[in-house]
Amino acid sequence: MYKEQKVTKKLVEEHGLSSEEHQMIKNLLGGREMNFTELGLFSIMWSEHCSYKNSRPLLKLFPRTGKNILVGAGEENAGVLDIGDGWAVAFKIESHNHPSAIEPFQGAATGVGGIIRDIFTMGARPIALMDSLRFGDPSKPRSKWLAGGVVGGIAFYGNCIGIPTVGGETFFDKSYDTNPLVNVFCLGILRHEDIAKGRAKGPGNPVFYVGAATGRDGIHGATFASENLDESSEDRRPSVQVGDPFMEKLLMEACLELLKTGAVIGIQDMGAAGLACSCSETASRGNSGIDIDVTLVPQREKGMIPYEILCSESQERMLVIVKKGREKQVNDIFEKWDLHAEKIGTVTEGDEMIVRNKGEIVASLRAKDLTEHIPAYTREVKEPSYIRELTKNSRTAVEKALLKKDVNFSHALLKLLASPNITSKHDIYEQYDHMVKTNTAVLPGSDASVLWVKEADKILAMTCDGNGRFCYGDPLTGGKIAVSEAARNLTCSGARPLAITNCLNFGNPYNLDVYWQFKKVIEGMSEACLKFGTPVTGGNVSFYNHNPTGAVFPTPVIGMLGIIEKLDHITSQFFKEPGDVIVLVGPTGEELSASEYMNVMENVSVGIPPALDLEMEYNVQSFCREAIREGLVSSAHDISEGGLAVALAECCISGQKPAGAAVNLPYPAEHPAGALFGETQSRIILSVKKDKLTEFANFCGNHRVPHVEIGSVISEKNIKIFIQDKTFIDLPVEALEKAWRKGVL
Amino acid sequence: MKFGVVVFPGSNCDEDCLYSLKEEIRVNACYVWHKTTQVNEFDALVLPGGFSYGDYLRVGAIARFSPVMNSVIEFARKGKLVIGICNGFQILLEAGLLPGAMLRNRKLRFICRYVHLKVSNEKTPFSQYAQKDEVLKIPIAHGEGNYYIDDKGLEELKENGQVIFRYCLSDGTINDESNPNGSVYDIAGICNRDHNVLGMMPHPERCCNPLLGSADGKKVFQSMKRFIEEK
Repeated sequence: MYKEQKVTKKLVEEHGLSSEEHQMIKNLLGGREMNFTELGLFSIMWSEHCSYKNSRPLLKLFPRTGKNILVGAGEENAGVLDIGDGWAVAFKIESHNHPSAIEPFQGAATGVGGIIRDIFTMGARPIALMDSLRFGDPSKPRSKWLAGGVVGGIAFYGNCIGIPTVGGETFFDKSYDTNPLVNVFCLGILRHEDIAKGRAKGPGNPVFYVGAATGRDGIHGATFASENLDESSEDRRPSVQVGDPFMEKLLMEACLELLKTGAVIGIQDMGAAGLACSCSETASRGNSGIDIDVTLVPQREKGMIPYEILCSESQERMLVIVKKGREKQVNDIFEKWDLHAEKIGTVTEGDEMIVRNKGEIVASLRAKDLTEHIPAYTREVKEPSYIRELTKNSRTAVEKALLKKDVNFSHALLKLLASPNITSKHDIYEQYDHMVKTNTAVLPGSDASVLWVKEADKILAMTCDGNGRFCYGDPLTGGKIAVSEAARNLTCSGARPLAITNCLNFGNPYNLDVYWQFKKVIEGMSEACLKFGTPVTGGNVSFYNHNPTGAVFPTPVIGMLGIIEKLDHITSQFFKEPGDVIVLVGPTGEELSASEYMNVMENVSVGIPPALDLEMEYNVQSFCREAIREGLVSSAHDISEGGLAVALAECCISGQKPAGAAVNLPYPAEHPAGALFGETQSRIILSVKKDKLTEFANFCGNHRVPHVEIGSVISEKNIKIFIQDKTFIDLPVEALEKAWRKGVL
Repeated sequence: MKFGVVVFPGSNCDEDCLYSLKEEIRVNACYVWHKTTQVNEFDALVLPGGFSYGDYLRVGAIARFSPVMNSVIEFARKGKLVIGICNGFQILLEAGLLPGAMLRNRKLRFICRYVHLKVSNEKTPFSQYAQKDEVLKIPIAHGEGNYYIDDKGLEELKENGQVIFRYCLSDGTINDESNPNGSVYDIAGICNRDHNVLGMMPHPERCCNPLLGSADGKKVFQSMKRFIEEK
C-alpha cells in the first residue's frame, strides 16, 4: 500500500501557503487536514502563478467586452476574436521569465511550447509567434549569455515546429540584470464552429492523457514562478523543463485532427501545474467531477509518487475528454502520429476531484477548491517616495543635457543608431524562421508584422510593445503609452486595432511600490484600451521579477491585433520613391526625459516619461489610417525610441533599398537635442506619394490634426536634417546603415 | 500531371509546397504520407522542408528510413522528377540520391532571410524557365545548409553541369559576402548526374507571389511543369 509523508505546519509553509490560507483550506475540506498529495495540489493551484490571487481584483478594471469577442478573458486558455466571414483568431501572450533567468535556452523554448498549446487547445491552428524580450545591461557578459540563450531557445522550438516568429521587440536595461523578461505571443486561426473548450462534461465520458510521458521535470515550476529570484534560484534549475518541439508538432497535428472528428468534449493543455491544473480546471469549468488514476499515466521515470505525477510540468502533454464510445477514434489518430493516448479516468457526477493510485484514493476534494475558492488580496496603494525624487532628478538631468554646447548631432545620431535598444535586430529575427506558412507580407523590421492569411483571405497586423522605463517614471502614463504605441504601430501598417492580450511583468506584489505601479499601469492601460476600442482578451501576470537589489521596471507588454481591409492598404515604414514628400503628423514636442538619448548620451536611464493626450493620439492615428486608405501614403513610421531623427534614419535604411532624405523642420526649436531626439508621443512620419500631393492637401483640409511638411525623399544617398534652414545632421546613408546594422548578439 | 508532396513526421513546409503548386503553378498536387510505398501515380515528387523526426541524430538521417523512401529512390531511378527543398535536400543526401553532405552553417546559427541565387545551369528540368546566369531572389531558412563535397566530387559536379544554383549578391557577384552558410563553391542547389533529382536549400515555394517579397520561386516549379508537359 502507498504510504505518504505526514503533513506538518512546517511542510505547509515550505509549500508557500500562509497560515491563513492553511486554515481556509482546512475549512474547505470540512475541518480535516489535507494529506501530502492534496498539499501538492493546493500549493500549486493556489500559487500566484496559477491563482492570480494578488492581481484578480485589479484585472477586473480592464475593459473585457466587445462585439467581436467570442471567448473572453479568463474564460478559457486563450481569448477568441471574430474577424469576419465565419473566421476567428485565438491569441495570447505569456511570460516564461523565471525559467529563462536560470536556464535561458530551455526556459524560452518551453515558453514557446506552452503558448502554442494554449492556442491549439482552442481548436485554432497556430500561424504566428512574436516575442517581447528584456535583458540587463548589454555590456555585461551575463546579459549576452541570457540573450543568446533565449533567442536560441525560441529559434529551436519555433523553427522546428514550423510556426513563423514574425516580430517582437528587444530592450536592454540594467533593471533586468538578474531578471530577464521573456514574453511569448501566439496567434492561431479557426472557424467559429471549431472553437474547442477546456471542460469536462457528461458523467461517464472518458478522460484521455495524450502526448509525451511524464517525468519528474518541472515539479512545482508554478510555485517557483511565484517567488523572488536570489542566489539559491540556481538550485531551481531542475524546475525548468526540457522542450521537444518535434513531439509538440506531432501532438498539435494529432489534436487538430482529433478535434475535426467531433468526438471531443473538452481539451486542455498541461502547462504550469500539469495534471493538477488540467484536471481541476476542466472539471471546474464543466461543473463536473473527475476521477483519475495516476498509475495509468504514461511515465518515463520509475517510482514516481502521486504527488509528483500530479505536479510534474513535463512538456508536450494534453488532457482530452471525449464522447463515450469514440475511444477507438482517439487511439487510431494518436497511433497514426506514434503518440501515447491513455484513458486515465472518467468524468463523474457532482463536483469531486478524485485521484487514485492503483485504485486507492489518494486525494479527494472539490475541483473548485483548487480553482475558484481561492482568496484574492487587495491592498491600499500609495504613491512611492521615489517618484518625487525622480521627478526632480529627471528635470535637472535634462536641463544639464540641453545646456551642453557643441554637441555633434550627427555623431549623436550614429551613436543612438548603434545603441542596443535601437540597432537593427536582424541578428535576432534572422535566427527565427519568419516566413514558413507563406503568409508573412511584411517581414520583421517594420512597425508591425503583417500576415496575409490566405485560407481566410484576411490580412492581420500584430505587434508587441511595452516601455518599462516610462512605466517606472509614471505607471499611469506608461500604461497609456504602451497601448497607444501598439495601436500606433498597427495604424502605421494600415491596420485598424481590434483587441489586445497582455503580459504584466512586475516585482513582488507584497512590495508597496510594486503594488502601486501595478494598479496604476492597469488604470492607464484600461483608459487607453477604452479609447481605442480594443478590449483585453486575456494574457498573464508575472510577479516576483524581483531580486535582492530590487524589482524590474514595471513592464506591461501589449500584444495587439489589428485587421487590414485590403492588400493595397498594407504599409511599411521604409521610404519608397525619391520625390515623395515627408510629413510629420502630430505635435512638435521636445520631451527628452526618460528618452533613449538621455540613456545613451547622458547615461541617465530613468526619468519622467513624456505626456500622453489620448484624444490627440486617437486623432493622429485616425488621420494616418484614413490617408492610407485613400491611397495617399507610401510609408508610415511611428516616432518612438530615439525621437524624430532616429525615426527618419530608420525610414531611410531599414528597407530593402536604402533611400536618402532632406528634411528641414520649419518650426523653431527651443533645444535642437529635444527637437531631434525627444520622444514626444502621438507622432507619425508619413511619406506622401509625389503624384498625390494635391489630393493630400485636400485631405488635410478636411482634418484638424496637426501636421507639417518637413522634407522629401531624395535620390542622393544622404540624410540631411535642418531646423529652420540651419544644418544639424548631414550624413551619408551608408554611415547610418553601418552604425545601425551593428546588431546586438 | 500530378505532383506529390511527401509528408514526414516533422515536415513543416508541406502545406506551403502544396499551396504554391496548386494555387500559383496551377498543377494537380496532393500529400504523400511517409508510411505509404505507392508513388506511381505521380509525375514529380517534392520532399519539403521542415524538421523530419525533429532532425534528431542528424538532419535527414531518420527520414531516410521512412517506408516511402525506397519508393522515392525507385521513382528517381525511372527518371521521374524529384525535388528536395531544405530538409528535403538533406534527406536526398542521406538517401544517396545526391552526392555530398550537409554541415552546420559556418556561424553555427539558423539563418532565415532572402538571398540571391545565380542560375549556373539553365538546361535542366528545374531551371529551364530561367536564363543562364539569371539572378533569382529566394529565401533561405536553415541551420545546416553548409554544403560539403570533396574536391574530386566537386569537379565531377562541375563537369556534368550538376551545380544549378549558387549564392550571389543582387548584382550577380559571387564572393564570400554572398555566401550565407559557408557552402563549398557557394552551392545552393545541385542535381544528380541524370538531372532529374534536384536538392536546394533555398525555398522556392516561399516566393511564388510578389506580395511575399518575390515570385522567382515559380520559375523552378514552372520549369518542372514544362518538362513534364513536353515529355
